[in-house]
Amino acid sequence: MNNFQPDERGYWGEFGGRFVPETLMSPIEELTDAYFAVRDDADFQTEFLNLLQDFSGRPTPLFYAKRLSERLGGAKIYLKREDLSHTGSHKINNAVGQILLARRMGKKRIIAETGAGQHGVATATVCALFGLECVVYMGTEDMRRQSLNVFRMRLLGAEVRGVDAGAKTLKDAINEALRDWVTNVDSTYYLLGSALGPHPYPLMVRDFQSVIGREARQQILEKENRLPDVLVACVGGGSNSIGLFHPFLADEAVRMIGVEAGGKGNNLGEHAARFNKAGGGKIGVLQGTKSYLLQNDDGQIALTHSISAGLDYASVGPEHAFLQSIGRVEYAMATDDEALEAFQMLSETEGIIPALESSHGIAHAVKIASEMPPDAIMIVNLSGRGDKDVDQVQEMLGK
Amino acid sequence: MNRLEVEFKKLKSEKRGGFIPFIVAGDPNLATTKDLILLLAESGASVIELGVPFSDPVADGVTIQAAAERALRNRIGVKDVLKIVGEVRAEGCETPIILFSYFNPILQFRLEKFASEMKTVGADGVLITDLVPEEAGDFQRILAGKDLALIMLAAPTSSNERLKKICEKASGFVYAVSRAGVTGARNEMSSEAENLVKRLRQFTDLPIAVGFGISTAAQMEEVCRYADAAVVGSAIVKEIERTPESSEVAENVRRFVKDLLPNEFSATNLH
Ligand SMILES: Cc1ncc(COP(=O)(O)O)c(C=O)c1O
Repeated sequence: MNNFQPDERGYWGEFGGRFVPETLMSPIEELTDAYFAVRDDADFQTEFLNLLQDFSGRPTPLFYAKRLSERLGGAKIYLKREDLSHTGSHKINNAVGQILLARRMGKKRIIAETGAGQHGVATATVCALFGLECVVYMGTEDMRRQSLNVFRMRLLGAEVRGVDAGAKTLKDAINEALRDWVTNVDSTYYLLGSALGPHPYPLMVRDFQSVIGREARQQILEKENRLPDVLVACVGGGSNSIGLFHPFLADEAVRMIGVEAGGKGNNLGEHAARFNKAGGGKIGVLQGTKSYLLQNDDGQIALTHSISAGLDYASVGPEHAFLQSIGRVEYAMATDDEALEAFQMLSETEGIIPALESSHGIAHAVKIASEMPPDAIMIVNLSGRGDKDVDQVQEMLGK
Repeated sequence: MNRLEVEFKKLKSEKRGGFIPFIVAGDPNLATTKDLILLLAESGASVIELGVPFSDPVADGVTIQAAAERALRNRIGVKDVLKIVGEVRAEGCETPIILFSYFNPILQFRLEKFASEMKTVGADGVLITDLVPEEAGDFQRILAGKDLALIMLAAPTSSNERLKKICEKASGFVYAVSRAGVTGARNEMSSEAENLVKRLRQFTDLPIAVGFGISTAAQMEEVCRYADAAVVGSAIVKEIERTPESSEVAENVRRFVKDLLPNEFSATNLH
């Protein structure tokens, strides 16, 4: 095992592990055994890739954003078009992988949490595909700002349960999903949506999302005959970014930048940038894993803020914490305003309306592209499309 | 012998089951918490579980979630909880007290500092709801070095292999979770609890307490037929919740505990 694989207890360096109520340990061990049984199983992997191809439309294109690149006057910017996946974001990759696993485990009831609603929609979609019961937990604040996705989930036959605790966002939805799981351990499969939570979730979600980076690596070699100089992706829990980054980790010359939500200020509560140590990011344990958390001095988890529901979360996947600690991946921030600007810029220059989450990645690309030479190559993960966000953006722009 | 050992030995010699009430520190405020600890000690509590409030209590149902929120509105942290323990010890209360917490607040306080301050104030043990034996090694060694108990949780879903690991890390007593689920009062006791206690006895000589869902005298009696003690949490917290005047909380809890304890629990005056 190299440095980029967790140890047997699910640790990357000091990050990861399993911090859950004892009741969940047997189901988690069962899940781990089931996952390791399929991880190297050719039939399972073929089934997974076939479904991604036929149901979800993979491979997604790697698109050269010519007008955007020219406008910024620097690096050539390629977009990995996860927005063209079925259901509109990368979340479907993980949902497809885990639903196949849940079926092998004989589980009939699927639960999930969702922030922006994209993971909820992806989960509701694969449950409809296989005729499984689906319950999605979602903070009521997120239900308000992502109401289109709430309706989509209901159309797909899922039950959406609003969560009114805390800031009524992703973290609170995960708490409620964990409580459901602990209560219904025998019947229920928890289909967690990001590279978070107790081992084996961060590993499993990363594996399923790594299809993004494997494709991108092959596509850029075909188009440019060389590896990219830099990869950029937004980081909520960390699944689209780790999916893009992971297949490039051993390519030492490839620089990688994860972009967190800078929100509207640097004080605790105004952003969701966990690696922003001046802004309250510290190592701690939340929702099953040890990683960087936004918290106060008493170890209480802080409220977070981001314009984008999918990045509005107090913790980050443990593999990111590790990659940050060894300096392999850099982490930057984009503010609400910068993301909003990037949202409009990509729409106007390329005819692509990005998700507000992905707009954070675009915003950082905008910042650094002009400082790079014209022969430099950058890949930005366009993790999702912005249809779900247009109402919210319209409201914010007052148009 | 530490306070927990003394207490369980005494229960055993008197052939009684123990009563372990749970309250959240700082709910509705610290002064009331102090009154409640003293009152529970006088009313026949064998051990008192004092909850450290946490912002994200995934193992708790709505009642204890709401109590933690009330306490957090008062900005109660680990240091306040420790301080309260010191204060009741200063007033002569010798009932064993264990702290009930999630891991993150303790981790931020720092494990060594937490253990030494527990020792200083006179807390006897700690139970961490999200610390399973695989993750408990460091903390267990630190606590053991100071003769402080690490109370481990066991669940009906735990395999025998896991129960063995749990018992290896545990000290003071073992907390058997009566059913899969979060904390909260229930009308029925699950039959899983008895089975779990039986399985646990194969792996440990430590006393075993059963908790989650116990709210009536009948349930306590039933549990103490096979276990060494019964934990009552949400039912007491609910009494606190439904008493708007904090000056009346202690009286209402006293009345509730009186109804809860059949004679064989409270008859002998304890301390
Ligand atoms: C389009 C999109 N991108 C990114 C994210 C952030 O999640 P992650 O960091 O796991 O990719 C989300 C989450 O909802 C999303 O919907």
